[in-house]
Amino acid sequence: MTNDTAPLLSVQNLCAWYAESQALHGMTFDLRQGELLTLIGRNGAGKTTTLRSIMGMLRKRQGSIRFKGEELIARKTYEIARRGIAYCPEERAIFASLSVKENLSLPPVLQPGGMSDEALLDAFPNLRRRAGSMGTKLSGGEQQMLAIARILRTGSRVLLLDEPSEGLAPVVVKEIGALIRRLKEQGFTILLVEQNLRFARSVADRHVVVENGRVVDVLTSAQLDADMARVQTYLGV
Amino acid sequence: MFDNISIQLLAGQLLIGLINGSFYAMLSMGLAIIFGLMNVVNFAHGAQYMLGAFVAWLLLNFLGINYWGALVLAPIVVALFGLVTEKLVLKPLQNLDHLYGLLATYSVALIVEGLVRQQYGSTGLPYPSPLPGGVNLGFMFMPWYRLWVVVFSLVTCLGTWLLIEHTRLGSYLRAANERPQMVEAFGINVPRMVTLTYGFGVGLAALSGVMAAPVYQVSPSMGSSVMIVIFAVVVIGGMGSIIGAVLTGYLLGFLEGLTKVFYPEAANMVVFVVMIFALIFRPNGLFAGSEKSR
Amino acid sequence: MTRIVLLAALAAAMIAAPFFVYPVLLMTVLCFVLFASSFNLLLGYAGLLCFGHAMFFGTAAYVTGWLLKTTGLSIELGILAGGLFAAAMGLVVGLVSVRRSGIQFAMITFAIAQFVYFVLLQAPFTGGEDGMQGIPRSALFGVIDLSGSLVFYYFVLGVTALMIWLFWRIVHSPFGEVLKAIRDNEARVESLGFRPERFKLLALTLSAGMAGVAGGLKATVFQFATLTDVSWNISGEVILMTLLGGIGTLTGPMVGAGVIIWLNDHLAQFGEWALISQGAILLLVIIFFRRGLVGELSALLRRRKTGR
Repeated sequence: MTNDTAPLLSVQNLCAWYAESQALHGMTFDLRQGELLTLIGRNGAGKTTTLRSIMGMLRKRQGSIRFKGEELIARKTYEIARRGIAYCPEERAIFASLSVKENLSLPPVLQPGGMSDEALLDAFPNLRRRAGSMGTKLSGGEQQMLAIARILRTGSRVLLLDEPSEGLAPVVVKEIGALIRRLKEQGFTILLVEQNLRFARSVADRHVVVENGRVVDVLTSAQLDADMARVQTYLGV
Repeated sequence: MFDNISIQLLAGQLLIGLINGSFYAMLSMGLAIIFGLMNVVNFAHGAQYMLGAFVAWLLLNFLGINYWGALVLAPIVVALFGLVTEKLVLKPLQNLDHLYGLLATYSVALIVEGLVRQQYGSTGLPYPSPLPGGVNLGFMFMPWYRLWVVVFSLVTCLGTWLLIEHTRLGSYLRAANERPQMVEAFGINVPRMVTLTYGFGVGLAALSGVMAAPVYQVSPSMGSSVMIVIFAVVVIGGMGSIIGAVLTGYLLGFLEGLTKVFYPEAANMVVFVVMIFALIFRPNGLFAGSEKSR
Repeated sequence: MTRIVLLAALAAAMIAAPFFVYPVLLMTVLCFVLFASSFNLLLGYAGLLCFGHAMFFGTAAYVTGWLLKTTGLSIELGILAGGLFAAAMGLVVGLVSVRRSGIQFAMITFAIAQFVYFVLLQAPFTGGEDGMQGIPRSALFGVIDLSGSLVFYYFVLGVTALMIWLFWRIVHSPFGEVLKAIRDNEARVESLGFRPERFKLLALTLSAGMAGVAGGLKATVFQFATLTDVSWNISGEVILMTLLGGIGTLTGPMVGAGVIIWLNDHLAQFGEWALISQGAILLLVIIFFRRGLVGELSALLRRRKTGR
């Protein structure tokens, strides 16, 4: 039903509020099938809020979020998740009262194609070694691996990843980068929030620049390279 | 000074303490489960316990359904009432200060207790023991029914603990205690889980009520008097800590029994004295560690 | 200007009231106006829900009663002593509870109040289940005779007015402003260099003292003190009065106290229905109009003034 040009996820004029204060002022962008898109922008620009709004985690939102042609704006979080969108938050949300194994197998299989626990442990051998320990005993990098690994269980083909490289040692960032590229090769569609431009450049196809809760620019990686100066001003570096 | 205290008296009071402790443990456990997931202190817990006993009494006197039937039926009936309460009263308040949840369930308790008292009066109604007789242990007489209460409450607490710590459902619950939104983002219907958890906690309260009916008399105020102790138990054990609630429940039952032997005037107060000391010296609860950081 | 007119009208109405309404009912209302205002100081201005406020009210009633019965103390000193005793209790309760989060604070105060209840049940001077009877209405300042019920009403009115004025001064003082700031954003106040628990402790002490004055007054009105005054039904009733009237408004708890006392008076003959209706009212207030009668009314007036 979808041809190649029709976007998989289409965000139109999205507004969102935290209590009384408005955080998004009309975000508009598309995510195409199999694409890896980043949201870049400075702190507080609304990148995380955009991901959380797509997941229905903010109580007050307006505008339109269409996924495979279906409107999601009024849907509850779990309904959105069940349609095949998975979210990995910046704080990783490893559950302290659950073991690594329990953390990994917590998300239910929602769509055909979800990976089994065994397949996941094969893909992430570090986690197999630590399976019995409690979730928060892992290192930052291991926690990030676990956070990404467990959403692969659901079988969702669209992944929303919030700053997976944040706070990690360069060698671990490399590993995460390799993992994300591998996921893209396997056909996952990925929306990535990233502050680290080099990292973003190394994995993504297109970049959406966010400022004050709006999209101010959309760049391909080539454009990003060519116009680094302008992007730096966006990011306020 | 303890020479004149007979072993019979001591054993008898300790048994009463153990029986009371069984009820404290079961009720505190339900309260802790509800609090852990919803952050609501279910003030109606005592009233729901009382309703359990009353439903059992009604089943026996009007439908001829005996204790064993009531043990299954009454918790279901009262849990359904709990589900309705959750939908009508707690859902609209879930995004507000959790004190409103406490006050709303307090109102529910007032209404329920008042209605029952209006209908059946304040005097206790007798409920016959389903297991008459007992066994002479030499130093004391152990009624069968009391033995059943102790064993069954232990089994219930243990079973609930296993359910929460060692099943997939339990891992959902523990995870949702920490970050409900994240669990929902995994595609789990958390709102429904909250409703069912409340129903489960209420059902546990009602189950305790049915068990209590033959031990104490069935009376409208049985809930509010036990509620007062349960609050102290949950504070001592650490809010939302299930293990803490169960252990503290048994411990305080015992302590009350002991106090009755050695200093009967203080038996009502010992729980609160322990609470005050616990607050001063172990402010996060005796069994802190699993406590939430909120 | 309108405020002065309203205040004068209220004063005139209160002075004339005993000629139209049974004075004891009016005096009950006044005691509970004071009691509810003390609770409001804590919940409405400091954001602390004390679920055992009756412990201050009821204990002070016993203390005042006992002093008036056994010593030749004049009435105002007896009531003052009740208030001071309750304030000291508030300080002690606060020391173990005031650092706790809202819900824990509520549960702890509830449990401590129950402890106080059992202590008073056992204490030799309270008369246990029977209560303390025959509390005299001793002369004011040792000289002014208060035995007439009309005179006594004006005495109660005077004390209540004095205390409400004090309450008003407290909430409009810099201390009151800090309390409100703590209620709204505790972390922020802390970052400004204040120590919130100190302020909360003082608020609890003041509130307990005020509740104590209300309790002492009540003991002299009815000339007896009972365990009911310390029971959690009374703690719940004062919550209901405050919420029904409107948390954090000056007049709300007064209106709430009036309505509930009036309702109790009318429903007393219908057995349990008084308590049932209290529960139902509280539930409706919590779910549908959390600003209370006065809060909703002033919001409505504001909307009419600014809206359209």
